[in-house]
Amino acid sequence: MIKTIIENISLWLIPAMILIILVVGICKKLPVYELFVEGAKDGAKIGVNIFPYIMAIVVAISMIRASGAIEYLGVCLSNFLNIIHVPVDVLPIMILRSLSGSAILGVLSDIAASCDINSYTTKLAAIMAGSSETTLYVIAVYFGAVGIKKYRYALLTGILADIAGIVAAIGITYWFFG
Amino acid sequence: MNYIWFFIIVISIIFGAINGKLSDVVAAILSGAEQSVKISLYLIGIMAFWLGIMKIAEKSGCVDFIAKLITPLAKKLFPEIKDDKKAIGYITMNFTANAFGLANAATPIGINAIEQMQKHNKDKKSASNSMCLLLAMNTAGFQIIPATVIAILAANGDSNPTGIIFPTLIVTTIAFTFAIFTAKVFEKIWTPQRGNDND
Repeated sequence: MIKTIIENISLWLIPAMILIILVVGICKKLPVYELFVEGAKDGAKIGVNIFPYIMAIVVAISMIRASGAIEYLGVCLSNFLNIIHVPVDVLPIMILRSLSGSAILGVLSDIAASCDINSYTTKLAAIMAGSSETTLYVIAVYFGAVGIKKYRYALLTGILADIAGIVAAIGITYWFFG
Repeated sequence: MNYIWFFIIVISIIFGAINGKLSDVVAAILSGAEQSVKISLYLIGIMAFWLGIMKIAEKSGCVDFIAKLITPLAKKLFPEIKDDKKAIGYITMNFTANAFGLANAATPIGINAIEQMQKHNKDKKSASNSMCLLLAMNTAGFQIIPATVIAILAANGDSNPTGIIFPTLIVTTIAFTFAIFTAKVFEKIWTPQRGNDND
Protein backbone atom coordinates (compact mmCIF):
# COMPACT_ATOMS: atom_id res chain seq x y z
CA MET A 1 0.00 0.00 0.00
CA ILE A 2 2.60 2.53 1.13
CA LYS A 3 4.90 1.08 -1.49
CA THR A 4 2.38 1.69 -4.30
CA ILE A 5 1.90 5.27 -3.15
CA ILE A 6 5.61 5.96 -3.11
CA GLU A 7 6.08 4.24 -6.47
CA ASN A 8 3.35 6.42 -7.95
CA ILE A 9 4.94 9.55 -6.52
CA SER A 10 8.28 8.50 -8.03
CA LEU A 11 6.61 7.90 -11.37
CA TRP A 12 4.73 11.21 -11.41
CA LEU A 13 7.25 13.49 -9.77
CA ILE A 14 9.29 14.28 -12.89
CA PRO A 15 6.45 14.62 -15.43
CA ALA A 16 4.44 16.71 -12.94
CA MET A 17 7.41 18.93 -12.20
CA ILE A 18 8.11 19.56 -15.90
CA LEU A 19 4.43 20.21 -16.57
CA ILE A 20 4.00 22.67 -13.69
CA ILE A 21 7.17 24.57 -14.53
CA LEU A 22 6.23 24.89 -18.21
CA VAL A 23 2.61 25.86 -17.53
CA VAL A 24 3.60 28.48 -14.93
CA GLY A 25 6.21 29.82 -17.37
CA ILE A 26 3.70 30.15 -20.23
CA CYS A 27 1.11 31.74 -17.96
CA LYS A 28 3.67 34.36 -16.96
CA LYS A 29 4.31 34.95 -20.70
CA LEU A 30 7.96 33.88 -20.48
CA PRO A 31 9.91 32.82 -23.60
CA VAL A 32 10.06 29.21 -22.33
CA TYR A 33 11.88 27.77 -25.33
CA GLU A 34 14.62 30.41 -25.31
CA LEU A 35 15.06 30.10 -21.55
CA PHE A 36 15.30 26.33 -21.87
CA VAL A 37 18.03 26.56 -24.51
CA GLU A 38 19.91 29.17 -22.48
CA GLY A 39 19.89 26.90 -19.42
CA ALA A 40 20.83 23.88 -21.51
CA LYS A 41 23.92 25.73 -22.78
CA ASP A 42 25.12 26.14 -19.19
CA GLY A 43 24.45 22.45 -18.58
CA ALA A 44 26.52 21.41 -21.58
CA LYS A 45 29.38 23.65 -20.40
CA ILE A 46 29.36 22.12 -16.91
CA GLY A 47 29.28 18.66 -18.45
CA VAL A 48 32.46 19.38 -20.40
CA ASN A 49 34.14 20.98 -17.36
CA ILE A 50 33.58 17.99 -15.09
CA PHE A 51 34.72 15.38 -17.60
CA PRO A 52 38.35 15.31 -16.34
CA TYR A 53 37.17 14.80 -12.75
CA ILE A 54 34.88 11.95 -13.72
CA MET A 55 37.59 10.38 -15.84
CA ALA A 56 40.13 10.48 -12.98
CA ILE A 57 37.74 8.68 -10.61
CA VAL A 58 36.37 6.15 -13.07
CA VAL A 59 39.83 5.09 -14.29
CA ALA A 60 41.15 4.69 -10.73
CA ILE A 61 38.16 2.55 -9.73
CA SER A 62 38.41 0.48 -12.86
CA MET A 63 42.12 -0.15 -12.09
CA ILE A 64 41.60 -1.21 -8.48
CA ARG A 65 38.83 -3.61 -9.46
CA ALA A 66 41.05 -5.23 -12.08
CA SER A 67 44.04 -5.56 -9.71
CA GLY A 68 42.50 -8.14 -7.38
CA ALA A 69 43.33 -6.01 -4.31
CA ILE A 70 39.77 -6.22 -2.97
CA GLU A 71 39.75 -10.04 -3.05
CA TYR A 72 43.09 -10.02 -1.24
CA LEU A 73 41.69 -7.76 1.47
CA GLY A 74 38.78 -10.19 1.90
CA VAL A 75 41.19 -13.05 2.65
CA CYS A 76 43.14 -10.92 5.16
CA LEU A 77 40.06 -9.70 6.97
CA SER A 78 38.03 -12.92 7.02
CA ASN A 79 38.37 -13.45 10.80
CA PHE A 80 37.44 -9.88 11.61
CA LEU A 81 34.51 -10.00 9.18
CA ASN A 82 33.20 -13.13 10.92
CA ILE A 83 33.14 -11.33 14.25
CA ILE A 84 31.12 -8.40 12.91
CA HIS A 85 28.66 -10.69 11.05
CA VAL A 86 29.78 -9.75 7.55
CA PRO A 87 30.10 -12.61 5.02
CA VAL A 88 33.23 -12.24 2.86
CA ASP A 89 31.05 -12.04 -0.27
CA VAL A 90 29.67 -8.72 0.94
CA LEU A 91 33.10 -7.08 1.41
CA PRO A 92 33.38 -5.78 -2.19
CA ILE A 93 30.07 -3.95 -1.68
CA MET A 94 31.35 -2.46 1.56
CA ILE A 95 34.43 -1.11 -0.17
CA LEU A 96 32.92 -0.14 -3.52
CA ARG A 97 29.77 1.50 -2.17
CA SER A 98 31.49 4.87 -1.90
CA LEU A 99 33.19 4.51 -5.27
CA SER A 100 31.00 3.11 -7.98
CA GLY A 101 27.26 2.55 -8.19
CA SER A 102 27.36 0.31 -11.26
CA ALA A 103 30.08 -1.87 -9.70
CA ILE A 104 28.12 -2.63 -6.53
CA LEU A 105 25.02 -3.47 -8.55
CA GLY A 106 27.18 -5.93 -10.47
CA VAL A 107 28.43 -7.52 -7.25
CA LEU A 108 24.89 -7.62 -5.82
CA SER A 109 23.64 -9.42 -8.93
CA ASP A 110 26.42 -12.02 -8.50
CA ILE A 111 25.50 -12.57 -4.85
CA ALA A 112 21.75 -12.75 -5.54
CA ALA A 113 22.38 -15.31 -8.28
CA SER A 114 24.89 -17.48 -6.40
CA CYS A 115 23.68 -17.37 -2.76
CA ASP A 116 20.29 -18.32 -1.37
CA ILE A 117 17.98 -15.38 -2.08
CA ASN A 118 16.57 -15.37 1.46
CA SER A 119 19.95 -15.72 3.14
CA TYR A 120 21.45 -13.17 5.50
CA THR A 121 24.27 -12.62 2.96
CA THR A 122 21.86 -11.57 0.21
CA LYS A 123 19.82 -9.34 2.51
CA LEU A 124 22.92 -7.61 3.85
CA ALA A 125 24.29 -7.12 0.34
CA ALA A 126 20.97 -5.68 -0.83
CA ILE A 127 20.56 -3.30 2.11
CA MET A 128 24.16 -2.18 1.86
CA ALA A 129 23.76 -1.56 -1.88
CA GLY A 130 20.41 0.17 -1.42
CA SER A 131 21.76 2.59 1.14
CA SER A 132 24.92 3.43 -0.77
CA GLU A 133 25.96 6.62 -2.47
CA THR A 134 29.05 7.16 -4.58
CA THR A 135 30.72 9.67 -2.28
CA LEU A 136 33.95 10.22 -4.23
CA TYR A 137 32.09 10.67 -7.49
CA VAL A 138 29.55 13.11 -6.02
CA ILE A 139 32.31 15.21 -4.47
CA ALA A 140 34.36 15.22 -7.68
CA VAL A 141 31.36 16.24 -9.81
CA TYR A 142 29.98 18.95 -7.52
CA PHE A 143 33.28 20.60 -6.65
CA GLY A 144 34.57 20.11 -10.19
CA ALA A 145 31.57 22.02 -11.54
CA VAL A 146 32.42 25.20 -9.62
CA GLY A 147 36.21 24.83 -9.49
CA ILE A 148 36.62 24.25 -5.74
CA LYS A 149 40.13 22.98 -4.97
CA LYS A 150 40.09 22.88 -1.15
CA TYR A 151 37.39 20.45 -0.01
CA ARG A 152 37.85 21.30 3.70
CA TYR A 153 35.78 18.82 5.72
CA ALA A 154 33.46 17.69 2.90
CA LEU A 155 35.43 14.54 2.05
CA LEU A 156 35.92 13.50 5.68
CA THR A 157 32.21 14.04 6.41
CA GLY A 158 31.29 11.91 3.39
CA ILE A 159 33.62 9.10 4.43
CA LEU A 160 32.42 9.16 8.06
CA ALA A 161 28.81 9.07 6.89
CA ASP A 162 29.69 6.07 4.69
CA ILE A 163 31.17 4.27 7.68
CA ALA A 164 28.07 5.11 9.73
CA GLY A 165 25.97 3.73 6.87
CA ILE A 166 27.98 0.49 6.78
CA VAL A 167 27.72 0.00 10.55
CA ALA A 168 24.00 0.79 10.49
CA ALA A 169 23.44 -1.60 7.56
CA ILE A 170 25.15 -4.46 9.42
CA GLY A 171 23.30 -3.74 12.67
CA ILE A 172 19.87 -3.32 11.09
CA THR A 173 20.23 -6.36 8.79
CA TYR A 174 21.34 -8.52 11.71
CA TRP A 175 18.37 -7.27 13.70
CA PHE A 176 15.82 -7.93 10.92
CA PHE A 177 17.23 -11.02 9.20
CA GLY A 178 20.10 -12.37 11.37
CA MET B 1 41.39 13.65 -2.34
CA ASN B 2 44.97 13.81 -3.69
CA TYR B 3 46.03 11.03 -1.33
CA ILE B 4 42.96 8.85 -1.87
CA TRP B 5 43.36 9.01 -5.62
CA PHE B 6 47.11 8.43 -5.37
CA PHE B 7 46.67 5.37 -3.13
CA ILE B 8 43.98 3.81 -5.31
CA ILE B 9 46.28 3.99 -8.35
CA VAL B 10 49.45 2.84 -6.53
CA ILE B 11 47.68 -0.05 -4.77
CA SER B 12 46.14 -1.14 -8.08
CA ILE B 13 49.54 -1.31 -9.77
CA ILE B 14 51.25 -3.06 -6.84
CA PHE B 15 48.49 -5.65 -6.42
CA GLY B 16 48.21 -6.05 -10.16
CA ALA B 17 51.92 -6.93 -10.20
CA ILE B 18 51.66 -9.33 -7.21
CA ASN B 19 48.59 -11.10 -8.60
CA GLY B 20 50.02 -11.24 -12.11
CA LYS B 21 47.12 -9.13 -13.31
CA LEU B 22 49.19 -6.19 -14.52
CA SER B 23 47.86 -6.54 -18.06
CA ASP B 24 44.30 -6.45 -16.70
CA VAL B 25 45.10 -3.28 -14.78
CA VAL B 26 46.50 -1.63 -17.90
CA ALA B 27 43.46 -2.74 -19.88
CA ALA B 28 41.31 -1.26 -17.10
CA ILE B 29 42.87 2.18 -17.73
CA LEU B 30 41.62 2.06 -21.30
CA SER B 31 38.20 0.67 -20.45
CA GLY B 32 37.83 3.13 -17.56
CA ALA B 33 38.72 6.08 -19.79
CA GLU B 34 36.27 4.87 -22.40
CA GLN B 35 33.56 4.40 -19.79
CA SER B 36 34.13 7.90 -18.39
CA VAL B 37 33.47 9.39 -21.84
CA LYS B 38 30.18 7.50 -22.00
CA ILE B 39 29.22 8.69 -18.51
CA SER B 40 30.14 12.28 -19.36
CA LEU B 41 28.24 12.31 -22.65
CA TYR B 42 25.22 10.95 -20.85
CA LEU B 43 25.67 13.53 -18.12
CA ILE B 44 25.97 16.41 -20.61
CA GLY B 45 22.66 15.41 -22.17
CA ILE B 46 20.73 14.98 -18.95
CA MET B 47 22.35 18.00 -17.34
CA ALA B 48 21.55 20.28 -20.29
CA PHE B 49 17.95 19.13 -20.17
CA TRP B 50 17.47 19.72 -16.45
CA LEU B 51 19.31 23.00 -16.34
CA GLY B 52 17.12 24.12 -19.25
CA ILE B 53 13.97 23.25 -17.30
CA MET B 54 15.40 24.83 -14.16
CA LYS B 55 16.08 28.09 -16.01
CA ILE B 56 12.36 28.35 -16.75
CA ALA B 57 11.54 27.43 -13.14
CA GLU B 58 13.88 30.12 -11.91
CA LYS B 59 12.47 32.90 -14.11
CA SER B 60 8.86 31.96 -13.41
CA GLY B 61 9.30 32.06 -9.65
CA CYS B 62 8.77 28.32 -9.04
CA VAL B 63 12.15 28.01 -7.32
CA ASP B 64 11.40 30.92 -4.98
CA PHE B 65 8.04 29.38 -4.15
CA ILE B 66 9.53 26.03 -3.14
CA ALA B 67 12.19 27.82 -1.14
CA LYS B 68 9.52 29.64 0.85
CA LEU B 69 7.98 26.34 1.96
CA ILE B 70 11.02 25.17 3.89
CA THR B 71 12.73 28.45 4.70
CA PRO B 72 12.72 28.09 8.52
CA LEU B 73 14.50 24.72 8.45
CA ALA B 74 16.88 25.76 5.67
CA LYS B 75 17.79 28.98 7.49
CA LYS B 76 18.91 26.92 10.47
CA LEU B 77 20.94 24.50 8.35
CA PHE B 78 22.37 26.99 5.87
CA PRO B 79 22.89 30.30 7.73
CA GLU B 80 25.35 31.63 5.11
CA ILE B 81 22.80 31.63 2.31
CA LYS B 82 19.56 31.97 4.25
CA ASP B 83 18.44 35.01 2.25
CA ASP B 84 19.18 33.45 -1.14
CA LYS B 85 15.82 32.03 -2.23
CA LYS B 86 17.26 30.49 -5.36
CA ALA B 87 19.91 28.51 -3.49
CA ILE B 88 17.42 27.30 -0.86
CA GLY B 89 14.94 26.32 -3.58
CA TYR B 90 17.56 24.27 -5.43
CA ILE B 91 18.65 22.55 -2.20
CA THR B 92 15.05 21.50 -1.51
CA MET B 93 14.53 20.17 -5.01
CA ASN B 94 17.87 18.37 -4.93
CA PHE B 95 16.88 16.64 -1.70
CA THR B 96 13.43 15.71 -3.05
CA ALA B 97 14.89 14.22 -6.22
CA ASN B 98 17.41 12.19 -4.19
CA ALA B 99 14.73 10.93 -1.81
CA PHE B 100 12.68 9.61 -4.72
CA GLY B 101 15.68 7.95 -6.32
CA LEU B 102 15.87 10.34 -9.26
CA ALA B 103 19.64 10.72 -9.30
CA ASN B 104 19.54 11.95 -12.90
CA ALA B 105 17.55 15.00 -11.86
CA ALA B 106 19.23 15.41 -8.47
CA THR B 107 22.78 15.96 -9.77
CA PRO B 108 22.09 18.88 -12.17
CA ILE B 109 19.84 20.58 -9.59
CA GLY B 110 22.49 20.07 -6.90
CA ILE B 111 25.04 21.67 -9.22
CA ASN B 112 22.69 24.62 -9.60
CA ALA B 113 22.64 24.87 -5.81
CA ILE B 114 26.41 24.76 -5.45
CA GLU B 115 26.88 27.37 -8.21
CA GLN B 116 24.51 29.63 -6.33
CA MET B 117 26.50 29.04 -3.13
CA GLN B 118 29.71 29.89 -4.96
CA LYS B 119 28.34 33.42 -5.50
CA HIS B 120 28.28 33.93 -1.71
CA ASN B 121 31.62 32.22 -1.19
CA LYS B 122 34.45 34.65 -0.47
CA ASP B 123 37.26 32.22 -1.21
CA LYS B 124 36.33 30.76 -4.62
CA LYS B 125 38.88 27.95 -4.41
CA SER B 126 37.76 26.54 -1.09
CA ALA B 127 34.49 24.93 -0.04
CA SER B 128 32.15 27.02 2.10
CA ASN B 129 30.25 25.53 5.05
CA SER B 130 27.05 25.44 3.00
CA MET B 131 28.80 23.49 0.24
CA CYS B 132 30.17 20.95 2.69
CA LEU B 133 26.70 20.47 4.16
CA LEU B 134 25.09 20.13 0.72
CA LEU B 135 27.64 17.44 -0.13
CA ALA B 136 27.08 15.71 3.20
CA MET B 137 23.37 15.52 2.34
CA ASN B 138 24.17 14.19 -1.13
CA THR B 139 26.77 11.60 -0.12
CA ALA B 140 24.64 10.01 2.61
CA GLY B 141 22.45 8.23 0.06
CA PHE B 142 19.06 9.03 1.51
CA GLN B 143 16.42 7.30 -0.60
CA ILE B 144 12.87 6.16 0.11
CA ILE B 145 12.75 3.25 -2.37
CA PRO B 146 15.95 1.56 -3.59
CA ALA B 147 14.29 0.60 -6.89
CA THR B 148 17.30 -0.93 -8.68
CA VAL B 149 18.19 -3.17 -5.75
CA ILE B 150 14.59 -4.40 -5.49
CA ALA B 151 14.62 -5.14 -9.22
CA ILE B 152 17.80 -7.22 -8.88
CA LEU B 153 16.35 -9.22 -5.95
CA ALA B 154 13.09 -9.79 -7.83
CA ALA B 155 14.96 -10.89 -10.96
CA ASN B 156 16.73 -13.55 -8.89
CA GLY B 157 13.52 -15.08 -7.55
CA ASP B 158 13.01 -13.24 -4.27
CA SER B 159 9.34 -13.66 -3.35
CA ASN B 160 9.39 -10.59 -1.12
CA PRO B 161 11.96 -8.18 -2.61
CA THR B 162 10.28 -5.14 -1.05
CA GLY B 163 11.03 -6.53 2.42
CA ILE B 164 14.29 -4.61 2.37
CA ILE B 165 12.62 -1.20 1.93
CA PHE B 166 11.99 -0.52 5.58
CA PRO B 167 15.39 -1.69 6.90
CA THR B 168 17.14 0.26 4.12
CA LEU B 169 15.16 3.37 4.99
CA ILE B 170 16.28 3.10 8.61
CA VAL B 171 19.90 2.71 7.50
CA THR B 172 19.84 5.71 5.16
CA THR B 173 18.04 7.84 7.73
CA ILE B 174 20.76 7.04 10.27
CA ALA B 175 23.52 7.81 7.74
CA PHE B 176 21.79 11.01 6.60
CA THR B 177 21.26 12.33 10.13
CA PHE B 178 24.81 11.40 11.02
CA ALA B 179 26.16 13.22 7.94
CA ILE B 180 24.36 16.45 8.79
CA PHE B 181 25.39 16.19 12.43
CA THR B 182 29.05 15.55 11.50
CA ALA B 183 29.10 18.43 9.01
CA LYS B 184 27.68 20.76 11.65
CA VAL B 185 30.27 19.66 14.22
CA PHE B 186 33.14 20.13 11.73
CA GLU B 187 31.73 23.54 10.84
CA LYS B 188 32.46 24.60 14.42
CA ILE B 189 35.90 23.06 14.82
CA TRP B 190 37.45 23.13 11.34
CA THR B 191 39.88 25.88 10.30
CA PRO B 192 37.66 28.70 9.01
CA GLN B 193 37.85 29.75 5.38
CA ARG B 194 39.94 32.77 4.54
CA GLY B 195 37.83 35.90 4.08
CA ASN B 196 34.53 34.61 5.42
CA ASP B 197 33.74 36.45 8.64
CA ASN B 198 30.89 34.31 9.83
CA ASP B 199 32.61 30.96 9.41
